[in-house]
Amino acid sequence: MAYSFPEEVLEHVFSFLSSDRDRNAVSLVCKSWYDIERWCRRRIFVGNCYAVSPEIVIRRFPELRAVEMKGKPHFADFNLVPEGWGAYAYPWIAAMEEAYPFLEEIKLKRMVVTDESLELISKSYKSFKVLVLTSCEGFTTDGLASIAANCRHLRELDLRESEVEDLSGHWLSHFPDSCTSLVSLNMSCLGSEVSFCALERLVARSPNLRTLRLNRAVPLERLANLIRRAPQLVELGTGAYSAEIRSDTFSNLADAFSACKQLKALSGFWDVVPSYLPAMYSVCSGITSLNLSYAAIPSSDLVKLISQCQNLQRLWVLDYIEDSGLDALAASCKDLQELRVFPSDPFGAEPNVSLTEQGLVSVSEGCPKLESVLYFCRQMSNAALIAIAKNRPNFIRFRLCIIDPQAPDYLTLEPLDAGFGAIVEKCKELRRLSMTGLLTDRVFKYIGSHAKKLEMLSIAFAGDSDLGLHHVLSGCDSLRKLEIRDCPFGDKALLANAAKLETMRSLWMSSCSVSFGACKLLAQKMPRLNVEVIDERGPPDSRPEGCSVERAYVYRTVASRQRLDMPDFVWTHDEDSSLRYS
Amino acid sequence: MEVGLNLKATELCLGLPGATVKSTGKRGFSETIDLKLKLQSNESDALDLKENMQNSSKEKAMLPPKDHINIKPPSKAQVVGWPPVRAFRKNIMSHQKSEESEKAACSGGAAFVKVSMDGAPYLRKVDLKMYKSYQELSDALAKMFSSFALGNYGTEGMIIDFMNERKLMDLLNSSEYVPSYEDKDGDWMLVGDVPWE
Repeated sequence: MAYSFPEEVLEHVFSFLSSDRDRNAVSLVCKSWYDIERWCRRRIFVGNCYAVSPEIVIRRFPELRAVEMKGKPHFADFNLVPEGWGAYAYPWIAAMEEAYPFLEEIKLKRMVVTDESLELISKSYKSFKVLVLTSCEGFTTDGLASIAANCRHLRELDLRESEVEDLSGHWLSHFPDSCTSLVSLNMSCLGSEVSFCALERLVARSPNLRTLRLNRAVPLERLANLIRRAPQLVELGTGAYSAEIRSDTFSNLADAFSACKQLKALSGFWDVVPSYLPAMYSVCSGITSLNLSYAAIPSSDLVKLISQCQNLQRLWVLDYIEDSGLDALAASCKDLQELRVFPSDPFGAEPNVSLTEQGLVSVSEGCPKLESVLYFCRQMSNAALIAIAKNRPNFIRFRLCIIDPQAPDYLTLEPLDAGFGAIVEKCKELRRLSMTGLLTDRVFKYIGSHAKKLEMLSIAFAGDSDLGLHHVLSGCDSLRKLEIRDCPFGDKALLANAAKLETMRSLWMSSCSVSFGACKLLAQKMPRLNVEVIDERGPPDSRPEGCSVERAYVYRTVASRQRLDMPDFVWTHDEDSSLRYS
Repeated sequence: MEVGLNLKATELCLGLPGATVKSTGKRGFSETIDLKLKLQSNESDALDLKENMQNSSKEKAMLPPKDHINIKPPSKAQVVGWPPVRAFRKNIMSHQKSEESEKAACSGGAAFVKVSMDGAPYLRKVDLKMYKSYQELSDALAKMFSSFALGNYGTEGMIIDFMNERKLMDLLNSSEYVPSYEDKDGDWMLVGDVPWE
């Protein structure tokens, strides 16, 4: 007689499992565990909105409270995905309206969200609490007004770097006086001015407010009053950080900051006037995260600020910091885990600042906990990369962008194969890698041999032949996302590794040498792969067989391969095995 | 899973890396410019470009594109999506940059300044870069506003023929009037103390 735990007990046990992987593993044990688990799953993460359909999700998980989803592929950030490609949130929102009356959280990334969707969200869910829209687009401040007005228990409204059509700042005034539940408000991507009175009152009546990220239109003179009303803030994004130099403004601001004993993260600093930076010195020792990536601060002022922040764990900064500033960072911030250095003048032909590979070498030497790097620079050498790899074998994310994408080692003029080879060889826990520079097939051989934990790889203007792609697809056991642009990779490697593609979330190849014929073949042979040919030149069959497609986006899916929202520049395999074309 | 691929067709030469490095369409950097114009990738173009690449990587020079379309040697800014800076960030940075250059005297471009004269029905804009001295600026302003100088100088009972520019210029340049200006602190200053540059 087989004993089994009562359902309630199993449910209770499963409730301690928060990771999706654990829950997925649990569902595979047996049918009854699958059933119990699906009824008690409350949170879901869909990495590719086209990998599954709303109906399938709703059918399997009837009691969700939180949905997190991603839409467009990463290269959409750099305008490589044409407008109108897809990733619409509305069908999901509409389907979930009926299915999940108790839905509390929606988090979307790189999706197209309309005001209609936002209004639907605001009216459908009585206990709606969290809305996070990262790099989304398609909505206006009117949609925000609906959310503000109707979501009575709203805790988080976070519009990270979304493109919002900013009709007016009036939306903020739609928060009713009865709304006191706000924990996080991020409006930093918006342009227009909100009513400062309304903002102050909102902040004042939100005792749980932990995160407040203002937009550029909030002047420095207003900041002190706002902070005063929220001394419990943990994360603050300032508005414009500039004003005429006045001692009363300064001391007002300094006082306000000194009352914030819990402050851990700072961002904003638009239009910064460096003389006002010392107003924050009182909180610096507690700061773990500093985002100065929109702030044009000269290196010397940056150094003064950073040397106050001994507990800094994350720094995002512009290349104004220069090598000298990074030396200082390496000396002061021994807890540093993540560094991102962005270019202040990415399109300039000549370097405008003295930031070279040396800065990164210093930080890798001086910061023992450094594990995540995004670094834009104009020169690199194998020697530097090898040194970095030796210094810092604990890298998890390593993203290097040399402004000239095919720049060789500037000292030896050789490809940077050896340098990146050292990175993948020494950094055994590496999960994400982006490479630039002159790179041959050799570097891909190193990657295939060593980068066994690599999950995401971004390649541009690199490699010599299909062999390069083959090394990656056949060697990288943990690969989930591969994005490639402007590389001579084509049909052979793709078709030889067709099965691999089903173990990955997605593959993006643009301006490579993939033919339409290969795409057709791949789609025919792999029924659970959607092979999207994204080509704005008209029907692919109208061009010669050997002609390369503009873009191929290949992803595994259990939904229909003929998505209903496909625009006319996308071709996929027709289930009747004759390729659809308009 | 049996996929029945035509293995011969997909046969890869798994030799030592670098052994047979044929150019199967290695994209030269310049080929990525405005891909919409290019209808098909041209292998021989790519071959040539590859050779050129070996040379130019030493010179770090930009290649002129081998298109039939007549486009100028591309600057980096024209490559779609390169460098990989998100549009959000690009917009912020270019906005900040243009503000900075408005504040500072920019190298190249014009430096327009609004000029108003009391009593004149509308304002004028002058490009400060057009003038090399205060005298030049003063002359130009006088010319601009000469049509408005009606009766302002009539305190001595003179009737000015406002069409007669020369007389007006003499008047303006006479010793009874000296050009002065109000600086950003609100003080009236005599023209000439601060060098033009």
